[in-house]
Amino acid sequence: MTRSVVIVGAGHNGLICAAYLAKSGYEVTVLEARDRVGGGASTVSFADGYSVSGLAHILHSLSSKVCRELNLAGSGLEAGPPVDTISLDRQGQHLTLGANTVTGDGVSQKDVEAYRDFKKEFRTYAAALDPLMMNKPPRLKDMDSQDKFTLAKIGWKLRFGLGAKSMREFLRVGGINIYDVLNEIFDNETLKGAIALDAVLGHHMGPRTPNTVLTYLHRVRGENQGLQTLPPGGMGQVTQAISDAAHGFGASIRPGEKVKRILVNDGKASGVELFSGEQLHADIVVSNADAKTTFLDLVGTGELDAMFAHRVNKTRTRGTVAKVYIALRELPQFRDLSPAQLGQRLLVVPDMRYLEHAFNHAKYGEFSQAPVLEITIPSIADPSLAPAGHHVMSVSASYAPYELKDGWEQQRTVFMDNVIALIGEYAPGFEQLVVDKEILTPVDIETEYGLTGGHWHQGEMTIDQSFMMRPVHGSAQYDTPVEGLFLCGATAHPGGNVTGIPGHNAAQRILKIQGEPG
Amino acid sequence: MSKHDFKQVLEPTPFHARVDEQCMVKNWTSWNGYQTARVYDTLAAEYFAIRSSCSVMDLTPMEKYRITGPDAFTFLSRLVVRDISKLQAGRVTYVLWCNDEGKVLDDGTIFQLAENDYRLCSQHHQLDWLLLSSLGMDVDISQETHEVAALAVQGPTSYSVLTEAGFSGLSQLKPFRILQTNLHGFEVMISRTGYTGDLGYELWTDPANALEMWDAIFAVQHLYNIRPIGLDALEIVRIEAGFIMPGDDFNTAETTVRADHDRSPFELGMGWVVNFDKPYFTGKRALIAEHSLPVKRRLVKMSVTGNKPPADSFLFDGKNGKRIGTINSQVWSPILKANLAMADIEYRNGMKPPEIWAEIYYQKELEWRATWAECRIVEKPFWSHPRRSATPPGQY
Amino acid sequence: MFTPEILASALSFISQGTRKTKYGVQARARAYRRTGNGTVTMIYSRVLRETHRVNMKKYDAIVIGAGHNGLTNAAFLAKAGLDVLVLEKNEYIGGATASRELHEGWMYSNCSYVCSLFRPEIYQALDLGEHGLEVVPLQGSTTFKQDGDYFGSYHQPAVRRREIARHSKRDADASIRFDADLMKWCRLVRGFLLRTPPDPASLKIRDAMEFAYLLKSFYRLTESQIYEFIRFFTMSIAEYLEEYFESDAILAHFSGGSIIGTGLGVYSPGTAYVLLHHAMGDVDGNIGSWGFARGGMGSVSKAIASSFQSMGGEIRTQADVQQILVKGRQATGVVLDSGEEVYAGVVVSNLDAKRTFLNIMARKDLPDELYRRASNFKIRGSSGKLNIALDGMPQFPALPIGSPLTLGHMHFTDTLERLERAYDDWKDDCWSRDPYVDTLIPTQYDPTMSPAGKHMMSVFVQYCPVEVEGGWTDAKRDAFGETVINQIASYSPNFKDLILHAEVRTPREIEAEVGLTEGNIFQGELTLDQLMFNRPFPGYAQYRGPVKNMYMCGSSTHPGGGVMGAPGANAAREILLDMGRENTTPEDFGDD
Repeated sequence: MTRSVVIVGAGHNGLICAAYLAKSGYEVTVLEARDRVGGGASTVSFADGYSVSGLAHILHSLSSKVCRELNLAGSGLEAGPPVDTISLDRQGQHLTLGANTVTGDGVSQKDVEAYRDFKKEFRTYAAALDPLMMNKPPRLKDMDSQDKFTLAKIGWKLRFGLGAKSMREFLRVGGINIYDVLNEIFDNETLKGAIALDAVLGHHMGPRTPNTVLTYLHRVRGENQGLQTLPPGGMGQVTQAISDAAHGFGASIRPGEKVKRILVNDGKASGVELFSGEQLHADIVVSNADAKTTFLDLVGTGELDAMFAHRVNKTRTRGTVAKVYIALRELPQFRDLSPAQLGQRLLVVPDMRYLEHAFNHAKYGEFSQAPVLEITIPSIADPSLAPAGHHVMSVSASYAPYELKDGWEQQRTVFMDNVIALIGEYAPGFEQLVVDKEILTPVDIETEYGLTGGHWHQGEMTIDQSFMMRPVHGSAQYDTPVEGLFLCGATAHPGGNVTGIPGHNAAQRILKIQGEPG
Repeated sequence: MSKHDFKQVLEPTPFHARVDEQCMVKNWTSWNGYQTARVYDTLAAEYFAIRSSCSVMDLTPMEKYRITGPDAFTFLSRLVVRDISKLQAGRVTYVLWCNDEGKVLDDGTIFQLAENDYRLCSQHHQLDWLLLSSLGMDVDISQETHEVAALAVQGPTSYSVLTEAGFSGLSQLKPFRILQTNLHGFEVMISRTGYTGDLGYELWTDPANALEMWDAIFAVQHLYNIRPIGLDALEIVRIEAGFIMPGDDFNTAETTVRADHDRSPFELGMGWVVNFDKPYFTGKRALIAEHSLPVKRRLVKMSVTGNKPPADSFLFDGKNGKRIGTINSQVWSPILKANLAMADIEYRNGMKPPEIWAEIYYQKELEWRATWAECRIVEKPFWSHPRRSATPPGQY
Repeated sequence: MFTPEILASALSFISQGTRKTKYGVQARARAYRRTGNGTVTMIYSRVLRETHRVNMKKYDAIVIGAGHNGLTNAAFLAKAGLDVLVLEKNEYIGGATASRELHEGWMYSNCSYVCSLFRPEIYQALDLGEHGLEVVPLQGSTTFKQDGDYFGSYHQPAVRRREIARHSKRDADASIRFDADLMKWCRLVRGFLLRTPPDPASLKIRDAMEFAYLLKSFYRLTESQIYEFIRFFTMSIAEYLEEYFESDAILAHFSGGSIIGTGLGVYSPGTAYVLLHHAMGDVDGNIGSWGFARGGMGSVSKAIASSFQSMGGEIRTQADVQQILVKGRQATGVVLDSGEEVYAGVVVSNLDAKRTFLNIMARKDLPDELYRRASNFKIRGSSGKLNIALDGMPQFPALPIGSPLTLGHMHFTDTLERLERAYDDWKDDCWSRDPYVDTLIPTQYDPTMSPAGKHMMSVFVQYCPVEVEGGWTDAKRDAFGETVINQIASYSPNFKDLILHAEVRTPREIEAEVGLTEGNIFQGELTLDQLMFNRPFPGYAQYRGPVKNMYMCGSSTHPGGGVMGAPGANAAREILLDMGRENTTPEDFGDD
């Protein structure tokens, strides 16, 4: 008899895990609460005729191994052309950051060279961590042979891949903040600000927060997979391709089915119960939901050890980013920005001090007085996202803390209008172009996408919540204290961004523990 | 906001006025922060009051928690290793509980007072662990140590004393049962429980009635030998009765700093309390894993030959043999005329050592001497008497 | 360069020097002073001038800087029979471990102010008790709340427990779990203090052995404890404590120790570990308790100096080293600002890593990478200090009359948010408008520091930046002092009237006087990139400098700041190892 698997949640990781397991012959059913697949990486329409990527709007880290092994291109995955990052300047002295190059009026030759070397060095570090990324995090005691092999590979890559000098440097910067590292290397404040944003976006961190080198490494690691793109059709197209691949391998994908609880029988997961009352029994249950949702809501603390449940409960999942969708009657005019440049990834983050100040507010339950923005206009590359001649703009606005002292109900439009006004400072007359607008605060994200705290990465990616401690120790190797229950979402190692690695690693782990099906 | 009284180091219990009056030697110690007598007068007199007549002990410092709410039972069942599904209102059960690793945090008793209403008594402070364990459950937990005055009335004449003092309805009260009664118009809860291995009761009431309750008992002193007893006498009888004392006989898991210095129920010889058939409880997975392996060490009850006190002795697998353990607590039992000990010893291949010898250092007029004494493991309580559970109890 | 005459006179000096060891010998250009070592309240030595014609002598070792680590290092070298000279730029010894009479009748420990981390192993090995050191344990600590209440962490355990319970019954019980957990990490980290960190990139046997020791220590923990330790090591103090406690005042109270001297906020990852840096000290086995050196912190350096001198060591004050002399990739001695050159087989720098490499070493003697690392070394000062002479005992009406809490530390920041906002100000190069202060009135139990009936208050202030907008001026410094005084005065109505004299020190003053770059009290921030094998720089964490015979022994090296003495002792061990001498430094007492 074929062994059956139920996967809770059709986010990209759930789908990737489903695809791998189905490919290996398991009987896989994916249950998705929303009416479409993709979770945070889906396309939504927010006003009549306007569509936009739901949460994630840039594809920058999808594992090339996953794409290859699941033949996602064969299922219609289109990454789209690479985009640059342009850090906007009020006076029009914009800065363009590519993978290796930085151009702009205010950038010195020294910074240009430093940027090239810096990116190269960091990509090397990221590559050295590859054995850790693509495997289950090794346990530090009672290691199995795979753990020992992983550790040996990392040790070897660090010492002999990087060499003594780079290894020492890596061990020095690995635990600290991006602020100090960038100040050591660069002079240009806008350049530093733009790089620092990549280290903090989606996290409850500012550039001066220790840990931000690690989060930046995660981001740079994506560049080893492929350059950042705006996928045509939005992120929904990407996850639809993965869904199609999973379906092609025989997985059954059922949107609109919300799971009420995970059934546990004598310490073993035995299936799920839906809100409809239907029970689905399975040999294996895989959760794409975050750790708090999985353990505290779906499993229930009664099936868990008390301190384990406490640890899960104390994981930090405070989202900090609000999403603003804007429907535009025509393309906005930014000072000295060509239409081609408008189609790139645009940032509003003048310098690290501005970024740090924006973060300060988040610590006290306030939204940033001067927010930090990541803007895309996906309708430039894909006009089908908006009515003819019109455009959609997708903005990730930081910081908008989940726990707002004044409550989001009163403040949501205030913050949205602040964001629009801020864009107006860079693109005069912007407000007049707005046809429609919508904001998703972290509270809305929690409700709509089931992400606790509205946290993009299903949990802060600090060291204490990474690797063998992600989401918590005792459940860091994708298997959980409940036999037959596995985690496959960003809540698990190596964490967030649309990488597909948690889904991939979880599937490998299941195959290893459960053996080949049938 | 109430200011803190820094001058008062130990807190008085509601019985303090009487305790202080009766305590001749003023030998105080702290029990959970309360001022408690180690000895009132002479240890021997107090010990024999427990074993041959009637003793009274101020139990108030024992940690007490009130647990109520729709999930109260689920909460307790998930907390403790024992199957408590047979517990019902008016009954008491002994329990112990573990951390995630299956190491014992503490032991105590659960009193079911009513539907969804329980009192948990423990040796040590447990509020943090209880609240931490209540995550996701609809249950209300409050510490009520100071809100409930408690006395232990223990000894062969305790039934007669209490009856004479005016408490009615005790004759049919079986061990581990609760009686709600009243005295002079105030409510008293009486449970047939105790820490002495003898006939005995524990009385629970509002602190406002504490002194009146004490006085009612001592009012019949002219008929019976009734003595207040301190912690030292209790230490002898609890070892005679074979009860373990968390913190003395083993390190409680929460306070253990060195790995392997905490103990599982199996290692304490308390495996009989652990039930793997009940729904999940904290530590279950770890205990199942441990149970599949041979026991590595155990806390055992031992009688030690001779009369030299084996205090803090090392234990060996033969005279001058290999060291296999230590004695954690020991008393001279006046009634058995023997040294009784709780000892932590290594098991080999899950088997107890065939021979155990204690190397005893003892002092005679400031001169230290050493001797060897053979030890014998005792599985049952060292001492037990049928009067402990006879219902109705014997009358005197 | 070494003429026979010079050699001969050097030899004659050596023989003379050994005869004088009982008193110790101080050398100053062409003149030698003999110091007495028994004065109690003054660290300025009574000096006997003695003329001598010879200044050329080669020492076995020169230690630059008479801070407590320099002196400790020198003492262990002297104990091994080496001929050691300590050079100090100021006219007093001790560096940041000094007591000075800056207002007549009042002694100020004007930099470091408590003694808890000082290694008992070193105390014992150098017989510091015999040399006059007395460390009195401090009693408790208080956080005053804005609502008029307070939280007091009493010395007496039962009283402390009840006081925690007054704020939160749960926290009182959680503190048992917290104490046991903290003790686990203390036990682990304390074992590394008196050891040399291994170089992870090295392939040498000794490094492998040190790594094995490190791993073995870790493996004494259970698996989940290992993860918990990593979490502790990398988390913020606020978030770490929030896993145990719920009361705002208690969270704020226990967080304070984690930001002292640190350019990080209570919510910055990595600060939980700094707590350990303050909590793992002990006085007579009472882990976490802080001690106060009778006579002020100067007593610590004076006792070490006395021990050093009793073993034949020499100290020269007012001897400012201008440069370390390097010849053929070997350190050969130093040149003083007077132009005088002093030679030695080994040169040890007690200065911070920035000063050592950027000020007193020639650029040509440094590899490029080291130069870059020294330039980038993070040593931002973040603390200020006030020393206040008081006409009487200030009153704190929030406390019950006769409360013992005034005997301990007093703080006035009662929430994590206020602590974090204090840090935000510092990030913007402002002193905290609502600073975190650590206040002590040691004269309550040390009568030697003020006239009878009068008091001395030591106020440590977090945060105070290295540079304020437009640069520090005396007026700005005084405004900073005013901010601090006002905060204390709002909890003590008679405080301002009692002030007879106040010394206000920002990082600017601390740097100018003590020579700590940017006024950083730890000689370099205690962040992950500057700890263990990264301290001060990767590849240079084993006390050896870039040229042969040159060493570092200051708090810039492992295990870092706090008046510990461990860097000095560890450096001495490495020097003696290189020289093939007997190791005179102590091993950790161990806990099991």
